[in-house]
Amino acid sequence: MRVVSKKYEMAECDLTPMIDMVFQLIAFFMVLINFAQTEANDRVVLPKSVLVKPPEEALEFPIVLHVTQDGEIILGGESFTTDTLRIGLGRELAVIRAEGKSPADANVIIRAHKDTAAGDVQEVIRVAQDQELERFALRVKEDRT
Amino acid sequence: MKVRNRNEAIKQDVNMTSMIDIVFLLLIFFVMSFKIVEMEGDFSVRMPLASDQSGAIDDTELPLKLRLRADVSGKLASIQMNEIPLGVDFGALQNTVIGLIGAASPGEESGQGPEIEIDTDFNLKYEHVIEAITAVSGYKEGDQTVKLIEKIKFAKPRR
Repeated sequence: MRVVSKKYEMAECDLTPMIDMVFQLIAFFMVLINFAQTEANDRVVLPKSVLVKPPEEALEFPIVLHVTQDGEIILGGESFTTDTLRIGLGRELAVIRAEGKSPADANVIIRAHKDTAAGDVQEVIRVAQDQELERFALRVKEDRT
Repeated sequence: MKVRNRNEAIKQDVNMTSMIDIVFLLLIFFVMSFKIVEMEGDFSVRMPLASDQSGAIDDTELPLKLRLRADVSGKLASIQMNEIPLGVDFGALQNTVIGLIGAASPGEESGQGPEIEIDTDFNLKYEHVIEAITAVSGYKEGDQTVKLIEKIKFAKPRR
């Protein structure tokens, strides 16, 4: 008996729509990825307020200070206390002065944890005032509820 | 001469496997790093270091004084506005501010108007301070924000 050899055809599915969708998803997430979040710190949970709105333009010469729940101050990834903060602020001010600006032109953005002691935040402000800084921004989460 | 049918071009299959692998890796990366961001804003406080802070006080424009007391756990114990006790009610604080300064401030230019000095216990939780600042700064009327006091400063920290 003659046996006919069967030629199996390789099943091919059309991948085009899937690749289209996957590229669309990648484009979506790439656009939405927020690089500005590098300013945030996981240890700081901001308090909320209904009155604040995101600033229309970025603050000039920002110095971002994170104040954690236990009063630790984080500036540029380094940890400070109220006693040592003047060293960190001095470094920031040296950069600002090198650009021909005065400390009064800088904006100190205070991102304090909602449960931190208010006195710790006041101490941070006092140390910054000693360094001739005078503009402060208390950063708060927008409350839309 | 025998002419071959040119339409019978050999179908070339591009191997998509490696590209799809990379694309899925990228997709997983972006999905995992995706985070819904809550919008943030600022309360601006302009506090130059006064050279005569502890000395003579300019009594022509005395700031409103807001005193916030805390219990041992840091929770708000009492609010006092210019010696007026208000319990722990930020609504009452807002009404008192409106009564003291009037509701006519929205038309004023930014940076003008009354000033408030916030004097808190050291251990008071910061979120209560923000609640107080929210109450004295203004209120929402629909989509509009009615501004009350824009100049805010802190008293010396109490140890």
